[in-house]
Amino acid sequence: MTIQLTHFSAAFVFALFASIVFGITHRETSRDMIRYGLYCFVMFLGGILVAGWVMWLVRR
Amino acid sequence: MANSTTAKTKAVEPAQPASMMSIIAPAVGWLIPGAGHLIQRRWIRGLLLLVSIGTLFVLGLLMQGHIYKANGGDILDILGFIGDLGAGGMYIATLALNGGQGAIAFAIADYGTKFMIVAGLLNFIAVADAYHIAIGKKQ
Repeated sequence: MTIQLTHFSAAFVFALFASIVFGITHRETSRDMIRYGLYCFVMFLGGILVAGWVMWLVRR
Repeated sequence: MANSTTAKTKAVEPAQPASMMSIIAPAVGWLIPGAGHLIQRRWIRGLLLLVSIGTLFVLGLLMQGHIYKANGGDILDILGFIGDLGAGGMYIATLALNGGQGAIAFAIADYGTKFMIVAGLLNFIAVADAYHIAIGKKQ
């Protein structure tokens, strides 16, 4: 069995699970864990989108 | 002279008594992601770690990612092996079942390879976290 994720969905899944682990392991309280996890997720996805647009601009 | 030398040496902090949990939790956490938290009754954290790391690793396999074996060759292969090794029991099971033989010939398979390496590296962080909980450094 194999699966074919698109580039974006692969990046989304990666960002989601990495952010969960970062949130749990890098903060003390539950509230801080959620906040930091969300922050990491936004940074991951934001970085991906920015990098994507930069590459698009460089290519043109 | 002896006094000045002594004064320069750092005061040694009293060592934490090594509890059994501080050894068992990281070991179990390495074998099964999140188990180090589960045996310390951090149920939600343990389950989230298990699902997150486990899903990343399994997705990597399903994407036909390549799993690295112990090697003494290229530095990137060695680093890949160290990353994969972090997944513990999942890595051992994959090797035993002869999985992870995908050739990195297309982008998605390369992503799969990275997914498995990152799953292992995230598990190393989870193991360190379980250890910190066991020694009382973190709640």
